[in-house]
Amino acid sequence: MTTTVIAGGRILDQAGERSGDVLVDDETGLIVEVGPSLSGDRTLDATDSVTVPGFVDLHAHLRQPGNEAAETILSASRAAAKGGYTAVIAAPDIEPCADSASVVSDVMALGAVALCDVVPAAAISVGRSGEELAPLGELADLGVRLFSDEGHGVQNAGFMRNALDYASSVGTVDGAPLVLAQRCDVASLSIGAQMHEGEWSSRLGLGGAPAEAEELMVMRDIALARLTGARVHFQCLSTAGSIAMVRAAKAGGVAVTAEVTPHHFTFTHEACSSYDTNTKVSPPLRTTDDVAAIKAGLADGAIDAIATDHAPHAPDDKERPFDQTSAGVIGLETAFAVALTELDIDLAAIVGLLSWQPAQIAGLADRHGRTIEVGAPANLAVIDPHHRWIVKPSELSSRSRNTPFAGRELTGKVRHTIHHATPVVENFEATR
Amino acid sequence: MRELISIDDLSAQDLADVLDLATQFAEVQKRDMPKVPALRGRTVVLAFFEDSTRTRTSFDIAARRLSADVVNFSAGASSLKKGESLRDTIETITAMGVDAIVVRHASSGVPTAISGWTDAAVVNAGDGWHQHPTQALLDSFTIRDHFGSLEGKRIALVGDILHSRVARSNAAAFSKLGAEVVVVAPKTLLPSTLDGWPVTVETNLDAVIGDLDVAYFLRIQKERMGSGLLPSDREYRTRYGLTVERAARLADDALIMHPGPMNRGVEIDPEVADDPRAVVLGQVANGVPVRMAVLYSVLGPGRFDHEDELEAVAAS
Repeated sequence: MTTTVIAGGRILDQAGERSGDVLVDDETGLIVEVGPSLSGDRTLDATDSVTVPGFVDLHAHLRQPGNEAAETILSASRAAAKGGYTAVIAAPDIEPCADSASVVSDVMALGAVALCDVVPAAAISVGRSGEELAPLGELADLGVRLFSDEGHGVQNAGFMRNALDYASSVGTVDGAPLVLAQRCDVASLSIGAQMHEGEWSSRLGLGGAPAEAEELMVMRDIALARLTGARVHFQCLSTAGSIAMVRAAKAGGVAVTAEVTPHHFTFTHEACSSYDTNTKVSPPLRTTDDVAAIKAGLADGAIDAIATDHAPHAPDDKERPFDQTSAGVIGLETAFAVALTELDIDLAAIVGLLSWQPAQIAGLADRHGRTIEVGAPANLAVIDPHHRWIVKPSELSSRSRNTPFAGRELTGKVRHTIHHATPVVENFEATR
Repeated sequence: MRELISIDDLSAQDLADVLDLATQFAEVQKRDMPKVPALRGRTVVLAFFEDSTRTRTSFDIAARRLSADVVNFSAGASSLKKGESLRDTIETITAMGVDAIVVRHASSGVPTAISGWTDAAVVNAGDGWHQHPTQALLDSFTIRDHFGSLEGKRIALVGDILHSRVARSNAAAFSKLGAEVVVVAPKTLLPSTLDGWPVTVETNLDAVIGDLDVAYFLRIQKERMGSGLLPSDREYRTRYGLTVERAARLADDALIMHPGPMNRGVEIDPEVADDPRAVVLGQVANGVPVRMAVLYSVLGPGRFDHEDELEAVAAS
């Protein structure tokens, strides 16, 4: 048994902010004491820092199995831990697709060596093809709570309705409902799209996806959530119209939740003017008005979570012509810092968007995002909100380097991360 | 001028300077021995990742008439087919020591990306739907040659604006040189917005045809037909083609232009293609001195001291 004390800092969680040390025990994985001037076998200095519940990423592509040249579960978990995450939902678009108990079990087994909890999401349909329902019940029995077909989302409305009806009738061990997560994009409106359809796509000569490609499916899935009573989660919303619809749906009592990514509230489509392939993301970077709407949605609760959509691509996959490169950027290590730097909301709200709110959506609230008190699982991050740093791709832990934040100065960094009462990041560095 | 990627990067003065230089090279062309030693010892790579007959040949002749060494690189024979990344390909070519790389690629933005990977001067010979700046320059040259200036001239670009690099670069160049540009197309062949374009929009060709100094017809790709963008080439001809009837309404001293290769009977009726106002072959001929001027501008003044040499050549 080794105990670790987080000493000399403040504590911030759903219960508010206060000063205090936190003592954790790696044998039980629990918080054993909270209070002033504690001591333990080892000490993590938290002077000028804040201990918060560890972050939960609802949406990360870990690439293993299938594309280990871009990322492995271990390398992604190292990046995640450095970003303050104690749990990451692993997206199902791997090779083979996570649409069966055996593949999901493999991901869980690979996650055993990770520096954070790796919680698999599974596909809604077999092979993410939108044609045949994946075994949602069998997967739920393994512990899967979140299902997504990724890509363009489920295109067929009738299929989506059936998937929602079926999901809502699958009982789970702990009673948490299954959640169908959609990356909304009416594919026939975004054929050949490389970026947002607008002034910049027009000038740059690149195919564009109109905001309506996303909004039509958000509209449809709100209607289907109302019809079926099942839970729908919207992934990476990017347009003002989508956010307005989700806000109205929530006000009308429809059980929907939504996430946005740091790149969508930091950049606009003008960023593509350099043809930098690290500005090619899906959904695309949108307009100034959309960025403002995302920020407003984060401030007023229309949006529940900040997710990374961490999408590693090996360098040779990004050093291609803009229209031949894969969409997506990495984000696990920068998400908190970008949120703190870019958003005009207080630290508690940002931590909520990164921690207890996504933990609730993912059905992980028993282990992550909890109030910091005796007996709670010790999944914690210690953040220095004033630490200024410049993003250098070569210093990031992901196997890939495709960050759009390279060279940017950010304020706020994760100093220590404690996973299952064990320090996995100490003084900004991963312990293994 | 260190490189030529987009007309947007050039001022009106830059454009005028290149056209003036092209006028000098056009004089050289008329000689028995139409060759100058201006770029002797310089190596120009023609890196065409997309098929092109006239543009590649035109650059090839232009570089040779400046006495540059010319290397042809064709994508079909290259490692790109073996999965090498574009960056690796470009770094491999430029590692052999080249002074300029002339790039044609089916993807928008490739010359911009290449410019970040090499010290060689990058000249855009057409990228995706984005830009074709030497086409814009040779078209400006052709119009200036005919009217003396583009100032106040009314020019219509007719056809597939959305998918056209020629439309994007020509609209910018013509406008910078003082012309009034109108784009004429159905909305399926227009970008969703033309914010930032120095043009007005018209969907009806008949509304403007009688009032033009230049009627510029863009090539229509066969694959646009029946795809939901256009019903048929017959309907396209009826609504957007230069028919005999429309040609009769065009002013006597107007120019009929087309970047080639032309679909006779679609964009332009066969009889009209041979109208004295049609300068399609003149456009092609002007490509050589204009591209000589571009290559000389990126490899000559400011980079190497060839100005005296050029003057001596021009005076001889």
